[in-house]
Amino acid sequence: MNALLVVLAVLVVALAAALVTLLVRRNRRPRRLPVNRGARRVLVAFSGRLDSTVVDAAIRIARADDAVLVPAYLLVVPLRYAEDSPLRDEVEIAMPLLEAVEHAALRAGVPVDARIEKGRTLTHALKRLWEVERFDRIIAPAPTNGHGGFTEKELAWVLTHAPAETVVLKPMPTAA
Amino acid sequence: MAAGVGKTYRMLQEGRQAQTEGRDVVIGYLEPHDRPETAALAEGIAVVPRLHAQHGTLELGEMDVDAVIRRSAELTLIDELAHTNAPGMRNEKRYQDIDDVLNAGIDVISTVNVQHLESLNDSIAELTDIRVRETFPDRILEEADEVVLVDLTPEALQKRMLAGKVYPKERAEVALQNFFRVEKLSALRELALREVAEDVGARRQSTVLDPLSTQAVAERVLVLVTPEPRSQRLLRRAWRSAERLGAELDALWVHKPGKPLTEEEQVSLAALRRLAIVLGAHFVEEEDGDLVGTVRRVVYERGSTYVFLGTPDERRWIEVVRGSLVSALVRDLPGIDIRVVANRADRKELRP
Repeated sequence: MNALLVVLAVLVVALAAALVTLLVRRNRRPRRLPVNRGARRVLVAFSGRLDSTVVDAAIRIARADDAVLVPAYLLVVPLRYAEDSPLRDEVEIAMPLLEAVEHAALRAGVPVDARIEKGRTLTHALKRLWEVERFDRIIAPAPTNGHGGFTEKELAWVLTHAPAETVVLKPMPTAA
Repeated sequence: MAAGVGKTYRMLQEGRQAQTEGRDVVIGYLEPHDRPETAALAEGIAVVPRLHAQHGTLELGEMDVDAVIRRSAELTLIDELAHTNAPGMRNEKRYQDIDDVLNAGIDVISTVNVQHLESLNDSIAELTDIRVRETFPDRILEEADEVVLVDLTPEALQKRMLAGKVYPKERAEVALQNFFRVEKLSALRELALREVAEDVGARRQSTVLDPLSTQAVAERVLVLVTPEPRSQRLLRRAWRSAERLGAELDALWVHKPGKPLTEEEQVSLAALRRLAIVLGAHFVEEEDGDLVGTVRRVVYERGSTYVFLGTPDERRWIEVVRGSLVSALVRDLPGIDIRVVANRADRKELRP
């Protein structure tokens, strides 16, 4: 009887140890940042360059909204090329920028879903993107010290045509 | 590439070679351009007499398509594929005549300058300030069994012109000041080289090659994507590697049969397709329950040398029970490099 109890006790201890090991292993397994189904989506559109203060602000907004951040690099396809032409040089510029935004967002615990979108103009590219994807908030950066961001005319167009709440971010002139 | 590089000469050489191999060869149309070397090479090859057409005050000699078809040689040499026929001929364009000859079961070797290719018309006009009016559709090049580039450096071509081997001297001097300037010839040469290189690539892709020949050629990257946000980065990473390797890039998505996509997945998939277009990658979709088997088949068909995939989203127990995807790929794709691209979100979990 005593022997049976000892065997049972050993089995229980072994089972518990196995369970703890499994749990520990499972916890150690890298997990992707959770993205809730139907989560809010915050678009930050840019081209050429992106001010780091804009990135920080976009991440803060996405985090506050518990949203997925969608950084979108807008490519302008010159008229001499077909719209479906691959644009190697432009993509070379876009890649490290998107990587940097993705990295910053993931460090801050914000899920990211980056895009490269193209059109004949920046606003054309933007329009094409929001025609096929849903966004709950759109962030349009204004130029900093005259560089980067959308022009005054483009911003006016964005504010008039955007299908969602729009935030125009204008970094402090000294921030660049 | 351009007039004077030796296309007609090369065509005749091919014809002579075929003749020595015992094939029945005729000349359907030859433009000797009063070049004695060309005329000498044509000697001994039967010529189908031309049809004579009156165009205003000019008497033009055109290819007699019906006579060529009646003669029914094994191989017919037809010069100047982009030529426009005189009014009243059977077809408006010579490439249409060639189509008729081919349809009659006769092999054809023809010649053409790169500037006549329809899709290059705008680029040529930009590069040379000359709008070429006689063009032919790209499908002709695509349908050809073989495309041979007759290449000559711009400097060598200019020397040939100065020596009067292309045009009479007085005409040559005018030509050298206009179309035959080094920068224009260099641009045309580059276009011709690129066009033929692309043609070779397209042929390689469109035919199922045996494994030995796929190993003999350039690198080709295959990236496995799924309709989810992280695949955007995966595709971009694969593109950067493909650029460094000077390789073509294919993106493959294997869809499990009978598993409908959620709305989010549909959006992600559309975004991936758009990204593939921007990057100049080929997006391949396959429906199959066997992921590893499908990857293996696509690698074989497309001659891939590298496979990129994201960190598999496998739970430990699935890995233990079914085996790891990475291990399966390594085992099933001998001789293929496999690279697993980490998910950046996992990086913060890294502990020393």
